[in-house]
Amino acid sequence: MKSPFVRGLLDGVPIALGYLSVSFGFGILAVRSGLTALTSVIISAVNLTSAGQAAGIAIIAAGGSYIEMALTQLVINLRYGLMSISLSQKLDDTFNTPRRLLVAYGITDEIFAVASAQKGLLTSRYMYGLISISMAGWCAGTLLGASAGQLLPASLTDAMGIVLYAMFIAIVIPPAKKSRGVLAVAVSAAICSMIFKYLLPQVTGGFAIIFSAVIAAVTGALVFPVADEESTEVVSQ
Amino acid sequence: MSLVIYIAVMAGVTYLIRMIPFAAFRRQIKSRFFRSFLYYVPYAVLTAMTIPAIFYSTGSMATAAFGTAVAVVLAYFDMPLIAVALAASAAAFAAGLAIPFFS
Repeated sequence: MKSPFVRGLLDGVPIALGYLSVSFGFGILAVRSGLTALTSVIISAVNLTSAGQAAGIAIIAAGGSYIEMALTQLVINLRYGLMSISLSQKLDDTFNTPRRLLVAYGITDEIFAVASAQKGLLTSRYMYGLISISMAGWCAGTLLGASAGQLLPASLTDAMGIVLYAMFIAIVIPPAKKSRGVLAVAVSAAICSMIFKYLLPQVTGGFAIIFSAVIAAVTGALVFPVADEESTEVVSQ
Repeated sequence: MSLVIYIAVMAGVTYLIRMIPFAAFRRQIKSRFFRSFLYYVPYAVLTAMTIPAIFYSTGSMATAAFGTAVAVVLAYFDMPLIAVALAASAAAFAAGLAIPFFS
């Protein structure tokens, strides 16, 4: 019988491998926006989130305000709040407040997906295993990507710049095929985002994402409200 | 603007979003509108971040468009995230090698 920590580590191996290549792309983007490899790894270690970090370095590069940074992270990472609500109802009795404070750090889309697929209640040690190996993969990939700028030819690192965005496409398209609501939300968000980029360039990147996302999600919620069962499965992508 | 403060704001906000509900929440949200809104937020955010930024991600609109097309097709056929991500990158790389021969 393996200890819960080891089970968590093993369940986290596929997450870590996936993170390795995605954060490689983040490392490349970060260095290209003028950050050092060390700063890139620190950002990965303290944030552990792909979309939020990608938006964050764009704001840093553009010299955006702190308010813009805070609001952008709030909107982009709002989904974690929903995952936290869901996971908080699946914790065993050993989860006292300090452990909750610790494990909360590691709630990502993929960790949420694996943790919520577990049978029965979650132990803190299982979550430590799952989170620590995933985080190791995320930071190692960032370091490799950030250092690769000097080691790999530009043609290769240029091509790696698309990795994160391609992953976002892979998250959105499958549910958009099945749900008219998701499709409508994605199309609205894309249209809004293009309008901001090409017609209202005075709205900076972070706010453009916030406005686009809120307009699209509110439209979706009004026109295609989801059934209760659907919204609890929400974010298992 | 200080880099340290940027990172602190980024990490602080991200952590609080995860932590507050995790430490405090015991009940499900009742409002159907709010649940629907939260359900759609990830897709809205990811799409707004991707379009049109993806076309500027490789330093060449042509290679990025080719990579995007490959990503869309593979995602449509439910390929795993990581396969889509790496194939799009490989496609953009291949397009970058091929384009000089045609221009």
